[in-house]
Amino acid sequence: MGRFVARRLLGMTGVLFAISVIVFLIFNVIPNSDPAARIAGKNADPALIARVTADLGLDKPLPVQYLTMMKQIFTGELTSYAKDRNVVEQIWEGLPATFSLCIGAAVLWMALAILFGYLSAVHAGKFTDRALTILSLVGISMPVFWLAAMLLYYLTFKVELFPTGSYVPFTESPGEWAYHLILPWFTLAVLFVGIYSRVLRSNMLDVMNEDYVRTARAKGLSERQVRMRHVLRNSMIPVITLFGLDFGQVIGGGAILTETVYNLDGVGLYAGEAIRSLDLPPLMAVVMFGAFFIVLFNTIVDILYAVLDPRIRLGEAAPA
Amino acid sequence: MVSPIDSLEAPGEPPLPTGVPKAQIQGRSPWYLAWLRLRRNKVALACAVLFVLIVLFCLAAPLWAEHVAHTGPNENHLTDTLLIDGQEVDVVSPDGTPIGPGLHGKFFLGADQNGRDVMVRLMYGGRTSIYVGLAAALVTTILAVAVALLAGYYRGWIDSVLSRTMDVIWAFPVLLLGIALGTTLSIGGLKLGPIAIAGDSLWIPILIIGLVYVPYFARPIRGEILALREKEFIEAAVAQGKGPLRIMFSELAPNILSTVVVFFTLNIANNMLLESALSFLGAGVRPPNASWGSMISDGYQVIFTAPHLTVVPGLMIVLTVLSLNVFGDGLRDAMDPRAKIRLEH
Repeated sequence: MGRFVARRLLGMTGVLFAISVIVFLIFNVIPNSDPAARIAGKNADPALIARVTADLGLDKPLPVQYLTMMKQIFTGELTSYAKDRNVVEQIWEGLPATFSLCIGAAVLWMALAILFGYLSAVHAGKFTDRALTILSLVGISMPVFWLAAMLLYYLTFKVELFPTGSYVPFTESPGEWAYHLILPWFTLAVLFVGIYSRVLRSNMLDVMNEDYVRTARAKGLSERQVRMRHVLRNSMIPVITLFGLDFGQVIGGGAILTETVYNLDGVGLYAGEAIRSLDLPPLMAVVMFGAFFIVLFNTIVDILYAVLDPRIRLGEAAPA
Repeated sequence: MVSPIDSLEAPGEPPLPTGVPKAQIQGRSPWYLAWLRLRRNKVALACAVLFVLIVLFCLAAPLWAEHVAHTGPNENHLTDTLLIDGQEVDVVSPDGTPIGPGLHGKFFLGADQNGRDVMVRLMYGGRTSIYVGLAAALVTTILAVAVALLAGYYRGWIDSVLSRTMDVIWAFPVLLLGIALGTTLSIGGLKLGPIAIAGDSLWIPILIIGLVYVPYFARPIRGEILALREKEFIEAAVAQGKGPLRIMFSELAPNILSTVVVFFTLNIANNMLLESALSFLGAGVRPPNASWGSMISDGYQVIFTAPHLTVVPGLMIVLTVLSLNVFGDGLRDAMDPRAKIRLEH
């Protein structure tokens, strides 16, 4: 077991390294233009461009630039090109909003997905199931930012039910914090409720036909006990796997659309601004940050799988 | 136990036509059987028809532009006026609010901030959105099938290299990767040997979207290929002296075709959503070209005064993606052998 965990952690480091190199190359090789000239502004004279180049170390070879940047990320000294502010500090400042949004949404989407999936499976083929299926299909077919815009327009402007976006720190006022986050939570959760409830439904229908469920019934358990204890619990495994992968994606930049529309000062909004100004250092840090969470949750899922199922330890990778 | 799902998801084997001797039915191909199952799924078929209608609607863009609206998708009419019920109405009023939807040929769905005809832009934008979605799905499918065939057939180090590469793409935050590539590529375009793509070309979002979804498809098919690779018919093919390419394309590929067809359909839907998100964030389709996503992006700036600019293209995305998702689901139920297993309960 120890060897398996060590191997996964080593793989994780390798993937993170590869990602950092790719991001670095994307921003240094693809644009076909001098970053110093972009930073210095539109009508900069050559002397200024030369100074910017020297200041940022852009005249050094690419591997040296890469190493400097990585060193700065790990020592927390990375500053952005465009705004000259410490990147790590800025990400740190964005964390409360991003975590509040993502964790709240995750709780909501898991709760609703389990409820909907369960009801759908139990009433398979009946009206409840059909209605929930249609709802979840519509949910997964909606652009997140459009849903956010619609909710913003109809529920904060037409009917003034909710405040218009922006983040209120929990420490300032827990009530306002939650009130401001209700719409963003809902927006971010819709897509996942749609996906997960459908996965759970089909798993439950599969599990219901297993022999051990028949045994459970035969030994006299009530239908409710059979469903909750045997069917639902065993159907949750793939959903938990999906959750591990998606939660990493959402924290690592997936919430960017929701943060943008609701104007929540999170990591995603910060990344969006950095991209628009082609500011490499913040973006490098945010992508590394996001990839770290994705890889971390991937690894946790893999290790959990290995704990649950010894066969995987001997094979090469956990099923996705 | 009779599974209640039969009636909903997986319509049963169609009853044998009366009077046909059994021998004549033996030769039905799996595709024909899948079609028979699909044919009973009226909702999925209705959605397929809806998608075709949306495509036709978008293809008719030049006709509408020329004969009804008398304007192109990128033509501004900031200072124009429109005659409605004998009254002159500004297309864009002095305070910047554009005209809303109404039952008139010109500006059928109103105008945007620049006085451009929303209906015309919607039709042309739909062409872009659907084109990007389709082309990117082709890119993903071709790359993913190639990766899966190579990795699954050769195994060993080729599999290791390809799988690790997939892992790296997989670990990227999808949206951030898309935006990063979209933004950097749009500055100077892409030059790779003989291939040169301009910065505002549609092929940039197509390639980006096509690339980021490759691992999501390559992984499951690689698994299928690995399993098929152990089957006797592959051994037989090797024994007959067939080469690797022959085996990959004439033995392995046909066996994953149904998975590919289903994935392709659902992938178009996903691609359209990603395209709209990228365009919304300014890293997808470049102005003045319209796509449904970029129309929402433009319209969102004035959502409180002219909500139709956001509502209409969004509804089109939902309708199109929904129709593809439902049809794709129906296809899966019709082709997936697991659906057949369920029927036997």
